[in-house]
Amino acid sequence: MVYSHYLLSSHQGTPLTQALREEGAVIATATATEPAVELIGITKRFPGVVANRDIRLRVAKGRIHAIVGENGAGKSTLMKILYGMQRPDEGEIRVDGSAVGFHTPADAIAAGIGMVHQHFMLADNLTVLENVVLGSEPRRGGVALDFGEARRKIKEISDAYGLGIRPDVPVEELGVGDRQRVEILKVLYRGARILILDEPTAVLVPHEVEELFDNLRGLVHEGLTILFISHKLDEVLRVADEITVIRRGTTVATVDPKDVTARKLAELMVGSELPSPETRESTVTDVVALSVRDLSVRASDGRAIVDGVSFDIRKGEVLGIAGVEGNGQAELVEAIMGIRPCEVGTLTLGGADIAHWSTLRRRTGGIGYIPEDRHRHGLLLESSLWENRILGHQNQKPNSKGIWIDRAGARSDTRRIVEQYDVRTPGIDVVASALSGGNQQKLIVGREMSGDPVLLIASHPTRGVDVGAQAAIWDHLRTARAAGLAVLLISADLDELIGLSDSLKVLLRGAIVADVDPANVTPEQLGSAMTGAGEGV
Amino acid sequence: MTERDHGTGAGMGTFLDRMLGRVRLGGWLAVAAPVIAIAFAALITSVVLLVAGKAPLEAFNALAQYGTRPPTMVLILNTAVGYYISALAVAIGFRMNLFNIGVDGQYRLAAVVAASFGGAALLPGVLNIIAVVVVAMAVGALWAAIAGLLKVTRGVSEVISTIMLNAIATGLGSWLISDHFGVLTGNDIATRPIPDDAHVPGMPLIAGTAQLVNGFLVLAVVLGVAYYVLLNRTRFGFELRATGQSEPAAVASGVGVKKMVVVTMIMSGAVAGLIGMPELLGQSFKYSNNFPAGLGFTGIAIALLGRNNPVGMAIGALLWSFLDNSSNTLQLLDISKEIVAIMQGVIILSVIIAYELVHRYRNVAEQRRVSRQLAAPPGPPGPAGPSAPPAPEGARA
Repeated sequence: MVYSHYLLSSHQGTPLTQALREEGAVIATATATEPAVELIGITKRFPGVVANRDIRLRVAKGRIHAIVGENGAGKSTLMKILYGMQRPDEGEIRVDGSAVGFHTPADAIAAGIGMVHQHFMLADNLTVLENVVLGSEPRRGGVALDFGEARRKIKEISDAYGLGIRPDVPVEELGVGDRQRVEILKVLYRGARILILDEPTAVLVPHEVEELFDNLRGLVHEGLTILFISHKLDEVLRVADEITVIRRGTTVATVDPKDVTARKLAELMVGSELPSPETRESTVTDVVALSVRDLSVRASDGRAIVDGVSFDIRKGEVLGIAGVEGNGQAELVEAIMGIRPCEVGTLTLGGADIAHWSTLRRRTGGIGYIPEDRHRHGLLLESSLWENRILGHQNQKPNSKGIWIDRAGARSDTRRIVEQYDVRTPGIDVVASALSGGNQQKLIVGREMSGDPVLLIASHPTRGVDVGAQAAIWDHLRTARAAGLAVLLISADLDELIGLSDSLKVLLRGAIVADVDPANVTPEQLGSAMTGAGEGV
Repeated sequence: MTERDHGTGAGMGTFLDRMLGRVRLGGWLAVAAPVIAIAFAALITSVVLLVAGKAPLEAFNALAQYGTRPPTMVLILNTAVGYYISALAVAIGFRMNLFNIGVDGQYRLAAVVAASFGGAALLPGVLNIIAVVVVAMAVGALWAAIAGLLKVTRGVSEVISTIMLNAIATGLGSWLISDHFGVLTGNDIATRPIPDDAHVPGMPLIAGTAQLVNGFLVLAVVLGVAYYVLLNRTRFGFELRATGQSEPAAVASGVGVKKMVVVTMIMSGAVAGLIGMPELLGQSFKYSNNFPAGLGFTGIAIALLGRNNPVGMAIGALLWSFLDNSSNTLQLLDISKEIVAIMQGVIILSVIIAYELVHRYRNVAEQRRVSRQLAAPPGPPGPAGPSAPPAPEGARA
């Protein structure tokens, strides 16, 4: 309870806080130059990947500082470092001006840093009070729990920051927004002065987002500092006082939200120094490879995640799906792959109705699949490269003969992929996790291009790979397209989408809201179409 | 979509993966871990013996002396056969992340039914042997299938259901014997003995003793080879291992995970059904209250010890059997034979810890190596200036 002293001095009751708050705001502005947290040259490496490289970040006290970046850009690793869950290989963390070294989250909490996780960590069957004190229970006489004291303190914090929390309600009766406030209260209870919020809006509906932002503004008014991690640019622009962009593991810019637009931020996030994904002449034929009509995917609560999507992809055509992440792209892909149950009018591949086919049959029938998360869905990280060559193609030549695995066939074909696709590896017996992200991805691309696929589903095919591998993967996609492959391309990289696609569709809240001609669109226009603004397209 | 951490996921399986041998350890490390663990277990046991005022060296010497006598060696081999088959049954599930804790109930129920079937002598000679074995496998498979079906249809954890099915199997077995298949001889109730023509003969493998090695040793070896071939050379084995390593990757690759769960449970149960066969067809020829119990749990320990590797589990089964069978001799030295149970427990714990330590050592070494390599070239791969990048050249006019 040593961290709670500040509360005792700042527990103004809500009715009379207006004036005090304004005063607090003035103080906050006055002290804004003083950094609450400073990260200097943070580098963190994992086998095969550099998660963070030379991160430089200065978070002013009493501000909402947003950190934006694509998935896999290194935001989460950075926050884990700041919260003591990972130790940096190089660099220095300073809190309130003094260097700190965190070994565990407990050290971070002791230094006044609290983390609100994206996925709530609350016990449903306990009350708010019990959840909040769990792990730092106030004691009386050494053993007895002092719930009275805890309840008083929770009320005090809740009132001081206008969180409106009732301590004795079971958590299972609370909605998502309330649960999040309980999570925030939990870290405040432990004395946090600096709050890290990891994608806090991912689980909220729009009006809950507004409430959260009001709460956050209240917190900084009281002098707290907030680190807000997100990839939703419009939200970040609304709430943040300062924005730092992370790309490919490093901080590329810190900007004032007043000076930037969402487009400008997106450019910073994605980067524009990439090699051009531009394709030359059209190779689109008249033969439809994949035809989708009225495909819908529903969440368990009946809400449509993908809502009546229809499209055709012809042989030699790349169809790009643009959209802010989380608008149904992943679900659409999984539905086409037969991984996720869906309602669909018609789903035909090369004229055959595949709606009732299993995933394996769809793969055998000629769908290649580059999954969005290669570590989870695309590879067996602890298995050798040649075993990974078999994955997803375990019933096809040259990997198997009848019920038997054809080791010799799989191994020699893996050597072919390693050579043709320039997978940099000491050999085909090394485990997949030993390879860098780019080489892992080249192996996957080579695997999925094997066996003459009719359709390739490429989900973020160059995410998290280095520039060289990116150019190589684009080359392979172009070559295959020229040879008559139909490609469904999902990407968050607008240049990649515009450059590679023959036609583009924009997915918003699960529905296709716009058809865009990639020949006549700029990333800026596409970006606004993705957020539903739609002007200029 | 949630933000996934590509960094930490790289190259590190879960603790469970490592414990169950789904993560491979390279070369000498795979051997070093169990050797360290056994040495450590011997050390702990020595300390316990010293505290109790006994001489550790004398005790180990007695164990070794007794264990290398030909009659004991036969005994060790015979016991190890059952242990090994049990470990295989457990390992099939482990490789796919399925915890078949119910091997114990599966083999006992299988033995009761198979013993009754054999005792009825419906078929002559070798045919009866084959029929008994098939019945045992079928009963074990069916009993395990219940847990598999509950898991895929109702989401019941196989750990819970198999533990409960163990208790039910005990009750069911007792009821079958007392009310249906049992014959009372004196005070002892047992199934009708299997006729002489359906006994599996022993083999005079060990010189210096008239005692015979159980003929099911051959079956155990065949099963070990079959286990290896199935897992490493067949499509089914590939899909099973893929599911065990990463279920999302298996699903994306078109593996029918639900079907795999049921089939794997059935296979595990069928092998479990064989555990009682060496005893039934080569030793006691009937199921009575003296029929060995608890082999299913020993199998779990041995599967952990051998990391589900067919050779590793064979060594584990022999070690376990050696400790179990030579412990009696300690009583001659006035040492409680339970010291062996302590040693077995410490071996399991230290094996798990040793594998974990070895794995971490390897990981850290790998991380350092990568760090050094990546740190070596100066300039990072991409431009990383804090200034805004040039305007996109995306529009291709």
